[in-house]
Amino acid sequence: MADIEPILQTIDLTRSFDMVKAADAINVTMGHGELVGIVGANGSGKTTFLNLITGYIKPERGRILIMGRDSAGLPPRLIAKRGIARSFQIPQLYTGLSVQENVLLSLAAASGKGLGFWRPLYQGPWVEESLEILDRFGLKGYAERPVGELPEGGRKLLDIALSFALKPRLLLMDEPTSGVSIEDKFQVMDTLVRVLQESDITTIFVEHDMEVVQRYGRRVLVFDNGRVIADGDPASVLADPEVRKAVLGRV
Amino acid sequence: MGSNRLPLAPLFGAILLVAAPLVVPSWILFILTLALAKFMVVLAVALFLRAGLVSFGHGLFYAVGAYTVGFGVKWAGLRDALLLVPLGILCAAVVAAFVGVVMARYRGVFFAMLNLAFSMILYAALLKLYWVTGGTDGIGVRPPTFLGVMPPRAIARMSYYYFTLMLTGVVIYAVYRFLASPLGFFLKALGENEIRIEYSGESVRRVIYLTYILSGALGGLAGVLVAFTVGHIVPEYAFWIQSGEFVFVALLGGYGSVPGPLVGTIAFEFIRTYASKYAPEAWQMTLGIIMLLTILFRPGGLWTIYEALASRLSRGWRGAESG
Repeated sequence: MADIEPILQTIDLTRSFDMVKAADAINVTMGHGELVGIVGANGSGKTTFLNLITGYIKPERGRILIMGRDSAGLPPRLIAKRGIARSFQIPQLYTGLSVQENVLLSLAAASGKGLGFWRPLYQGPWVEESLEILDRFGLKGYAERPVGELPEGGRKLLDIALSFALKPRLLLMDEPTSGVSIEDKFQVMDTLVRVLQESDITTIFVEHDMEVVQRYGRRVLVFDNGRVIADGDPASVLADPEVRKAVLGRV
Repeated sequence: MGSNRLPLAPLFGAILLVAAPLVVPSWILFILTLALAKFMVVLAVALFLRAGLVSFGHGLFYAVGAYTVGFGVKWAGLRDALLLVPLGILCAAVVAAFVGVVMARYRGVFFAMLNLAFSMILYAALLKLYWVTGGTDGIGVRPPTFLGVMPPRAIARMSYYYFTLMLTGVVIYAVYRFLASPLGFFLKALGENEIRIEYSGESVRRVIYLTYILSGALGGLAGVLVAFTVGHIVPEYAFWIQSGEFVFVALLGGYGSVPGPLVGTIAFEFIRTYASKYAPEAWQMTLGIIMLLTILFRPGGLWTIYEALASRLSRGWRGAESG
């Protein structure tokens, strides 16, 4: 399906906390099928950007267009309904439920039958799909286990799997490899990128690790003090001394 | 839930309840009927405890159910159980549908206290509107008929018991279905992570609101049945101490399962009866001590004693098989 409208467009998106401008007139356009990495030092406004798009915080100024529709000011629930899902730096899971039940609830919500109160969750049309998703994310072996028994890397993957299960047009991942060991980092990213590309999901991922961004991003946005200071292909953007200074604090 | 591990015990419990009228004296049957009826409102409170929400105001629905019977009898000449039961459920559900609009916006202490506030408004109204409600004198309720048939005196108590037991079965089945449904899972999940629910495109408020209506309906049903059993309705049904008792019993039996509140209510009613008989000055202290011991040693409630036993036994059997 070819889209003429960009999936996401922000115009002059602005928000400050006290005196700090966490988002300062951000203009970003995302087309269908893109895989974009966002880098920046701590406090550069990366997560604020995700929070603004998903409606967790409201912009002071500016517009957010999701497939051409004005979406600024909507709560996360309605943003999700417009096809944008997100994962979190600290995994947001239902800790008292099993791994599979976590995915089942996402699938039930996405199907619009999340408030069904008679047909058992385990007899819904989504059971097979939940196992298939867990399989894709390499978590099938944990399906019946409580979430608490997952290792940290597994919790990260499950958190992303829950967003993936919503079948979004655009997925925002907040630091998908934070908390994942250096050895596992690339393996986790390999898995994620493969699954998302297979499913044709446009993706933005926030990273503070330049190496990860360079390797996986087809396009890179660099944030600094709430502004986008660079936007382009990874090789040239990350070679820019000004960018290196902003992200790493050194050239 | 323990029932998967050893379904024999719940079955055994059900058989005991069905056979009880043939074995036990009439006054015990009365306590059992009362316990089954109250179980439904305790279960209603337990639903919210699963989500980490405490209601200190379910006396509201309990009283709405009871006074539906009272007004029905007093003003409309209704006295058929098969009419008053659905009517009481409906009235309580309608009240819950209104109050729930407000309640769904609050959590924690505010949820607990707002529930209490609503129930106390009803309490005050029941107390002051003497010419309608009979004030503190309450309303006397004659025994109901069943489809116009009045059970003969000799088996009257047994009839009410079986009627209540049958409805208990229906309620247990319905609540099991509810808890196994997506909505039931979301209810549990909202105590753990509201953010994830909202980011999934589902509304936490709607989850609470729909549960609130179910919970109110259960409370109303309990009120109707208690009115039949006790035969006398007073404003205290809506009083906050009554609501507190429901929370107390839910904790005593264990709110994590459906049998928990049932075990809790039966235990509570018998403890109260015996303690007030043998230690009339100290029955509340007895209850307090039992609660203290439960929380210290069995924080999941009395039902978890059975669950722990069942899992140990089934492990023992499996061990015997493999050895």
